[in-house]
Amino acid sequence: MALLDIRALSVDLPAPGGAIHALRRVDLTVTRGTIHGLIGESGCGKTMTAMALLGLLPRGADIGAERFLFDGMALRDVASSLRGRRIALISQDPAAALNPVLTIRRQIDDVLRAHHDLPRVARDARAVELLAATGLPDPARVLRSYPHQLSGGMQQRVVIAQALATGADLLIADEPTTALDVTIGAQVLALLRRLVQERGLTILMITHDMDVVAEVCDSATVLYAGTSVEDGPMSEVLTRPRHPYTRALLAALPDAGPPGTRLAAIEGRIPPPFEAIAGCAFAPRCAAAQAECRLRPPPERQDGQHRWTCLVERGTDDQAAA
Amino acid sequence: MRGLHQRLGWPGAVSLALILIAFGMALLAPWVAPFPDQGAGAPSIATKFLPPSADHLLGTDHLGRDMVSRVIYGARVSLSSGLLIVAFSLLIGLPVGVLAGYFGGWLDEGLMRITDVFLAFPALLLAVLMAAALGPGLLNSIVAVAVTWWPWYARMARAEVLALRGQPYVEAAQLMGVGHPRIILRHILPAAVRPLSVQAALDVGPALLTASALSFLGLGVLPPTADWGQMVDAGRKFFPERWWYSAAPGMAVFILALAFSVLGDALRDRAGGRRDGSA
Repeated sequence: MALLDIRALSVDLPAPGGAIHALRRVDLTVTRGTIHGLIGESGCGKTMTAMALLGLLPRGADIGAERFLFDGMALRDVASSLRGRRIALISQDPAAALNPVLTIRRQIDDVLRAHHDLPRVARDARAVELLAATGLPDPARVLRSYPHQLSGGMQQRVVIAQALATGADLLIADEPTTALDVTIGAQVLALLRRLVQERGLTILMITHDMDVVAEVCDSATVLYAGTSVEDGPMSEVLTRPRHPYTRALLAALPDAGPPGTRLAAIEGRIPPPFEAIAGCAFAPRCAAAQAECRLRPPPERQDGQHRWTCLVERGTDDQAAA
Repeated sequence: MRGLHQRLGWPGAVSLALILIAFGMALLAPWVAPFPDQGAGAPSIATKFLPPSADHLLGTDHLGRDMVSRVIYGARVSLSSGLLIVAFSLLIGLPVGVLAGYFGGWLDEGLMRITDVFLAFPALLLAVLMAAALGPGLLNSIVAVAVTWWPWYARMARAEVLALRGQPYVEAAQLMGVGHPRIILRHILPAAVRPLSVQAALDVGPALLTASALSFLGLGVLPPTADWGQMVDAGRKFFPERWWYSAAPGMAVFILALAFSVLGDALRDRAGGRRDGSA
């Protein structure tokens, strides 16, 4: 059974003059012990999806879903009680996630104390063990340190150690490498990969960085304007993208075209979140769009594990280009 | 170490010194007062209404007590009532503000509306009414003033907490499942107490002034305990012929309240930016 099983999740936020459609229709399935990428540009609903999983939607938010399950439980009802217990968040800015005037030991100990009934000595030992598990050299010294005495990469490892201290089985990593430089970011990704293998964790990796996705994710979901448009194993999504948006996204990567040529860009802009969309959300910007695309929701298509929603039937990438 | 006057400026440094001297004299009253027994209230009819002289620098009162000693003993009551008013107010205002700010929602609404009710009355009037209702006495007058004082701290604490509550590390701790009491004790209270304690320290002056006003109106400490406000009132009957009776405690209140005010300004300047680059 999938750890996360979400079907047709929608979130409307109340606003003066009508609702904001923060999420329109998100399907998301995350298998235990894998890293699943949640990809999309700013405003597509990545973070809103995470907030829904954590039960942290703003007051008055209207949640709708055909299925919204975590480990078989209805997340609508239990999200706030699972938060910090079975679902933990690794934020994008580790420096901000740590209180600057408290030692690392205090901040990890607070989390351990919240989840485990252990005597102090045992908690200290556990903190050392957790820090060591995140690959920090000299955990004892790190425990005595204040956040400013650690580098960004070390801070992110501390935050990951905190997340491990909760004992959560699902970690939501919200752009965990954006605040880090590239080499350190790669190390943190390798660490997450290792934690998934060694501890059987499941990670939902929220990112707009295709390189991150390609590097660590087993599978991915592509979001566009609050809608999941494509979903499948990493190799499928990256090498044989089916949805026009995913194709355009991959074509826009700097190294997609030959050097010296202009970068490809997607014409137009994302539909405003208060707009009702009858057909396919991407249709106004889609090169392959037909008149019907704007009129009714695109059908779901499937090829093995690979799923996407598009009216225009297509085979592989090569055929589409022809 | 740099001189105090460089940190606070001369007026601030002198004010701080005056306040410290006042506290020192209050604490050591039995030893520094020239006539400790008279300071404590023992009459000495033979020496009544002596004008200021070498023996009695500020003269004597209608019971022949040395005014210097009386003023020094009065400092005990005035300063301790100032301190206790602020302390009681913090004790009520801080938790109210922290809870309202941290939890928000209906708790915030409820607590802040109660706070507003207290703020809606003119402070001195409310204090007078409270003191009259409770009856005279040191503790009662302190409670009466504290009742008008705590809402300001509640509002300040709430504002601090609102800013702190949105800090990513507070949200991170919540997301990691750390409980609210622990988050408040660990992340919220220590950071909120600091600015509040500065304000509280500076409020001792105004608080003592208010307490003196109550005892001037006969709603505070009862004789024979020395209290500045009550002494000014007692001297009124003999004014202006025996002007020193009211003047001595009056000047004491004036100087101390002024010192707190000047020190407050100096600290505010220091906190708000370095005016002359010397700090």
